[in-house]
Amino acid sequence: MADLRNTFVGIKSPNPFWLASAPPTDKAYNVERAFKAGWGGVVWKTLGEDGPPVVNVNGPRYGAIWGADRRLLGLNNIELITDRDLYTNLREMKQVKMNWPDRALIASIMVPCEEESWKAILPLVEETGADGIELNFGCPHGMSERGMGAAVGQVPAYIEMVVRWCKQYTRMPVITKLTPNITDIRHPARAAKAGGTDAVSLINTINSITSVNLDTFAPEPSIDGKGSHGGYCGPAVKPIALNMVAEIARDPETHGLPISGIGGITTWRDAAEFLVLGAGNVQVCTAAMTYGFKIVQEMITGLSTWMDAKGHRTLDDITGRAIPNVSDWQYLNLNYVAKARIDQDACIKCGRCHIACEDTSHQAITQYVDGIRHFEVMEDECVGCNLCVNVCPVQDCITMVALPPGTLDERTGKVVDPAYANWTTHPNNPMSRPAAE
Amino acid sequence: MGTTDSGMIGGRLTPGQYEVNFADLHPRLDEHEALVASDRCYFCYDAPCMTACPTSIDIPLFIRQIATGNPIGSAKTIFDQNILGGMCARVCPTETLCEEACVRMEAEGRPVAIGRLQRFATDIAMAEGRQFYERAPSTGKTVAVVGAGPAGLACAHRLAVNGHDVVVYDAREKAGGLNEYGIATYKATDDFAQKEVDYVLAIGGIEIRNRQMLGRDITLADLLARHDAVFLGIGLTGVNALRTEGEAAEGVGDAIDFIAALRQSQGKTDIPVGRRVVVIGGGMTAIDAAVQAKLLGAEEVTICYRRGREHMNASPYEQDLATSRGVTIRHGLQPRRILVREDGKVAGIELDYTTDVDGRLVATGETGMLAADHILKAIGQTLEADPLGIVALQSGRIVVDTEGRTSLDRVWAGGDCRLGGEDLTVSAVAQGRDAAESIHRTLMAENHPAVAVA
Repeated sequence: MADLRNTFVGIKSPNPFWLASAPPTDKAYNVERAFKAGWGGVVWKTLGEDGPPVVNVNGPRYGAIWGADRRLLGLNNIELITDRDLYTNLREMKQVKMNWPDRALIASIMVPCEEESWKAILPLVEETGADGIELNFGCPHGMSERGMGAAVGQVPAYIEMVVRWCKQYTRMPVITKLTPNITDIRHPARAAKAGGTDAVSLINTINSITSVNLDTFAPEPSIDGKGSHGGYCGPAVKPIALNMVAEIARDPETHGLPISGIGGITTWRDAAEFLVLGAGNVQVCTAAMTYGFKIVQEMITGLSTWMDAKGHRTLDDITGRAIPNVSDWQYLNLNYVAKARIDQDACIKCGRCHIACEDTSHQAITQYVDGIRHFEVMEDECVGCNLCVNVCPVQDCITMVALPPGTLDERTGKVVDPAYANWTTHPNNPMSRPAAE
Repeated sequence: MGTTDSGMIGGRLTPGQYEVNFADLHPRLDEHEALVASDRCYFCYDAPCMTACPTSIDIPLFIRQIATGNPIGSAKTIFDQNILGGMCARVCPTETLCEEACVRMEAEGRPVAIGRLQRFATDIAMAEGRQFYERAPSTGKTVAVVGAGPAGLACAHRLAVNGHDVVVYDAREKAGGLNEYGIATYKATDDFAQKEVDYVLAIGGIEIRNRQMLGRDITLADLLARHDAVFLGIGLTGVNALRTEGEAAEGVGDAIDFIAALRQSQGKTDIPVGRRVVVIGGGMTAIDAAVQAKLLGAEEVTICYRRGREHMNASPYEQDLATSRGVTIRHGLQPRRILVREDGKVAGIELDYTTDVDGRLVATGETGMLAADHILKAIGQTLEADPLGIVALQSGRIVVDTEGRTSLDRVWAGGDCRLGGEDLTVSAVAQGRDAAESIHRTLMAENHPAVAVA
């Protein structure tokens, strides 16, 4: 059996699956249930400063988009940080950590961007025995209007400043949670590192309007006829999150900085993808909010089975393994040639590959051959774009097959060159041309 | 309480049982079911289902419209090609047409529920009384449609759309043809056939004259004198006889009459059925009669078909439906004679075992006997040709060209009466519709005679 034990910035947990700071980690009752179900750790829903508790709207907090058979694909929310009393949360955290010493318990914190505020709350959290803190610089709605959450995360200088305060006033490891609502995720990550953070976690939710009610012309979720942009999460955001994790992992300035991967993780496979792109562990929320805590059992056994099958013994064997393969476009091998190939036995003759190619791409797939409905790739037209693979409803019916070096590419009339060559050396690139003599 | 006594008896069941037995075979999908079912459609390009549909309904488009919450738009897509799309959704043998061609059959052996989705959309539009077509400005032309069955109604509607005045002459009490009189009750519940007739007629410009039979009340010559064109959608109203001893016995009848009586009966308790019923034939009519005999409380129902299963006109789906209702289907049995009791009532049937010799059916010499107090003949219908005069026939059907024109000028034909008819509602609709377009082109050309330009 693969060993799934995880150590992230010194924090130990029996597996790399944590619940992200969100409604599922709002109070002891939920967290106890999560630990019983097998979750390795939780990031307790964000604590605010002492005082009158935060208030939430009293109408819908969530909106969603769905796929087939109403499978939830994307969720957004306009819920704020914890609306419970600070001391109630702290008391419960302490008790839960005592009850579950082998699980990770992290406190998410969001207080005003003033040194005194952070200085005041950190000792209170430390006293609970929490294993670390996560700085909520990501929440995109409500709190950001008050100068917190994403309002901090969008200004690298503020990130660095607050992280520095935290490192100064607590011995607990500091995880800085980043907002994706920026143009280049590397800048806030670099700032967090400059401030001395122990790790970053990402992504927080994305500004979004999930839908608009066409009867009332109000965005969803709608509160008395009005809506506010909420934070988008769930399976739909995973590709965005994967890229941001990879960008930080391969940035020379932040390479090696521990990353807690977050964003649409629903299955063990999603989690594994984050790990191999450089995440030291993962955090999950929407999948649990959709299906309940039991999903962690699928994640644990799925990851373990895959690791066993591939001979990976520990998480260290897989973490970051895909990072070297994430490249800038300019370094992709332009001498690599692939063609789509349709397995005629698997083809059900729906014609989608043909029409996608015919209407929107390269006119490289037949509809009729000798008067019979027959879909076949014309290699002299196929550019290997993969669209047909993506629209085919039958798995593995269409595959991309690499032309071996030395064979003729019928489209270009050139023989496939075994040598690696990229844009930086390509004759069409003005920058690659040798300087005039 | 019910009875299993011998003889032709009505009310074999309790009233509640009739309601259950003759309820809608496939009730309309609810909205969620429709969304789930429609999501299975791949929106194929040049879709095989569409090619397989005799009326060429744009199936991927209408299903996508359902999936996107637009059942009204979906219904219009259907009606554009097939104004009787509601009935076709109920009675089409989809398992041998669109659903057999569905690529999901290839993928996993379970097609998209095209027929039931079609019903979902058309039912919604019809329940809302949504009409999608308006009559074009009047052309001043008048067309006679003979027969208010699927072919005639489809023809009349398309003619009305094109601005012609249409008079539909029908022999029976009610319009609808086989939709009203020839389909098993559980396939068209809640008086659907009449509701559909009303829906089709709502466009206006179509007058229906009932109890007008060609050859009895009207003649082709009259119609040609009174109208600019005639469409014959007269179906097959003659019935084949067994031509065996005992055929006149009490308790021997035609399956189509049995089916028609059931459709016209409110409570079904008035329809007599035997304790042991034998149905002769291998088509849909045999199945519809046999299943309904069973549903009326017959103890034993046996279909006897003279050839092998592979030759049966009834689809495998229909055969399964029959066997699931307790009907026994026997093959290779051909009526030899009907056994009659002293009181003139049927007692049973003697049958020849048959075999196929080089494609020819021959009796083996072995015979068998089935006790029966009720025998239903479903061995095919024939064209009543006498009133057609000089209209050319072949193999007992009206000869038409690709546009539906008969040999007689200004006379078109479609549906079961025409050569190459497929005994399918949906084919009749396609032929009626296409004949209407041909009539329209012909009549409009008359208004604008070709002028030779020097």
